[in-house]
Amino acid sequence: MKKYTDSGKKDTRSGFGAGLTELGKTHPNVVALCADLTGSLKMDAFKANHPERFFQVGIAEANMMGIAAGLTIGGKIPFTGTFANFSTGRVYDQIRQSIAYSHKNVKICASHAGLTLGEDGATHQILEDIGLMKMLPGMTVINTCDYNQTKAATIAIADHHGPVYLRFGRPSVPNFTPENQTFEIGKALQLQEGNDVTIIATGHLVWEALQAAETLHEQGISAEVINIHTIKPLDTEAILNSVRKTGCVVTAEEHNYLGGLGESVSRVLTENLPSPQEFVATQDTFGESGTPAQLMDKYRLNAAAIIRAAVKVIARK
Amino acid sequence: MPDIQHLNNLVIQVRRDILRQVHKVNSGHPGGSLGCTEFFVALFQVLMERNDGFDMNGKNEDIFFLSNGHISPVFYSVLARSGYFPVEELNTFRLLNSRLQGHPTTHEGLPGVRIASGSLGQGISVAIGAALAKKLNHDSHLVYTLCGDGELQEGQNWEAIMYASANKVDNLIVTVDYNGQQIDGSTNNVLPMGNLKAKFEAFGWEVLEIEEGNNLEAILSGMKMAKSKTGNGKPICVLLHTVMGNGVDFMMHTHDWHGKAPNDAQLEVALSQNPVTLGDY
Ligand SMILES: Cc1ncc(C[n+]2csc(CCOP(=O)(O)OP(=O)(O)O)c2C)c(N)n1
Repeated sequence: MKKYTDSGKKDTRSGFGAGLTELGKTHPNVVALCADLTGSLKMDAFKANHPERFFQVGIAEANMMGIAAGLTIGGKIPFTGTFANFSTGRVYDQIRQSIAYSHKNVKICASHAGLTLGEDGATHQILEDIGLMKMLPGMTVINTCDYNQTKAATIAIADHHGPVYLRFGRPSVPNFTPENQTFEIGKALQLQEGNDVTIIATGHLVWEALQAAETLHEQGISAEVINIHTIKPLDTEAILNSVRKTGCVVTAEEHNYLGGLGESVSRVLTENLPSPQEFVATQDTFGESGTPAQLMDKYRLNAAAIIRAAVKVIARK
Repeated sequence: MPDIQHLNNLVIQVRRDILRQVHKVNSGHPGGSLGCTEFFVALFQVLMERNDGFDMNGKNEDIFFLSNGHISPVFYSVLARSGYFPVEELNTFRLLNSRLQGHPTTHEGLPGVRIASGSLGQGISVAIGAALAKKLNHDSHLVYTLCGDGELQEGQNWEAIMYASANKVDNLIVTVDYNGQQIDGSTNNVLPMGNLKAKFEAFGWEVLEIEEGNNLEAILSGMKMAKSKTGNGKPICVLLHTVMGNGVDFMMHTHDWHGKAPNDAQLEVALSQNPVTLGDY
């Protein structure tokens, strides 16, 4: 088994901030917009380095999305920053018409996604955003797993022409993917090779999937772990190659099981290779206040839940 | 500048285009389109500095966004008659596989259109973004946008209006089609908006009114005045007093023709009030 080590806990949003800071130096056309959450989004450095390319729009997310769309007309590459809830549900029609349908080169960067936002509770914990965004034609949807990957993804999306939804989170989590990696949009990463079950995880659940695979290994179960950072376009080839070998799959995500990564994987399998699947995801529910760890435990979004799901799905083969 | 006689002829021809487009497919929005015909002709034929051809980025030229996308018939007619695409294409309005969708869009690549609109309330924000890009690009040209008066009931507009003055977006001219009508009736009946001029002023805008919004010369002088006020640290709002359905007597001063096409007999009467000038498409 490959060994993954946490090089020190870091938040994914700081990876975004670091990537944006890099882009400030390398990409003169990159501009950034924020709706009164500059510190939370870690956009301070970009703002300090390039005040003329930073737009504070105030608490007005709809306007922010429209301004971002307009900035592309004139060749700018706008990165918007606010919480995931206010980046999607709050402004869905603005994104739909002014960005997606108009095919504008806007990067919608969303922090504090999912339950791990913690104590602020359900008003802020969006668990529907992947579904909302993946349904928009032409929208690329990315959910990164750690600091290094988020930084790399932030840099990569600047060179991709077209609208992108980049989803990341608030808490410090293990940082285990390589520093200065190149990020390939749409390319799944095989983190562990295995034969008995495929675990497909995205975002914060990727580390949990690796922990689960280790425990399963001790129990004599060989789990393949795939990191799907790009939910759309989905790397169907990587999924099918793996499931052809293992015959079953567990999907794991910090999102509602309706509309998330799991459903996208189901569609691919149903069309090509019908196989048993278990979903580690929230079960059509809102979140609540609590610490991130408590919430991930209560809503069964951790290594223990992945292990249970793996054992169950293998029995269904 | 083309002479005023030619422009007035163009206005009549554009009215015919509007009526014939909506009649053919028995759908679309003639009322607001007719009310803004003179404005579009003035804007595209005289006021805007436009480059040849169409470039999405619109660098080093004035650009325009239609926020109230439902008045696409007048937009399409004036775009075609200003050289963006063949006038014969007006025949395809709202038909399957057409670039002339019910509401304007970039999706089919229609030259002259830089943003999709139709869901109301988004155009001012987009125009602000484009105006900011112009400033970053050291491009001194202007950004124009048109929105409906009823459309201003959408909250996003007021976010944008607050932003533009706070950030001195002074290369932007927002014109409001101040016809006092919307779908369910007059704006005063549906949701009175009070004193729009005072509202824009309270938000820090420079506001001009064009009382005769269906008179070409009044529009030209009013808009030239608006242009002269750009670059002074304030965004510009023009309240354009128009008559919905202008130029067709039975369509005027009512919201009835907001989104309804004339039947054959009504079309004949409407066209007879606007005899061919430059030639039908
Ligand atoms: C967000 C949104 N809500 C509702 C509509 C339906 N709608 C289309 S036009 C219109 C009335 C617009 O009024 P106004 O801006 O005054 O335009 P006019 O009727 O004068 O052309 C409405 C409600 C829409 N297109 N978008």
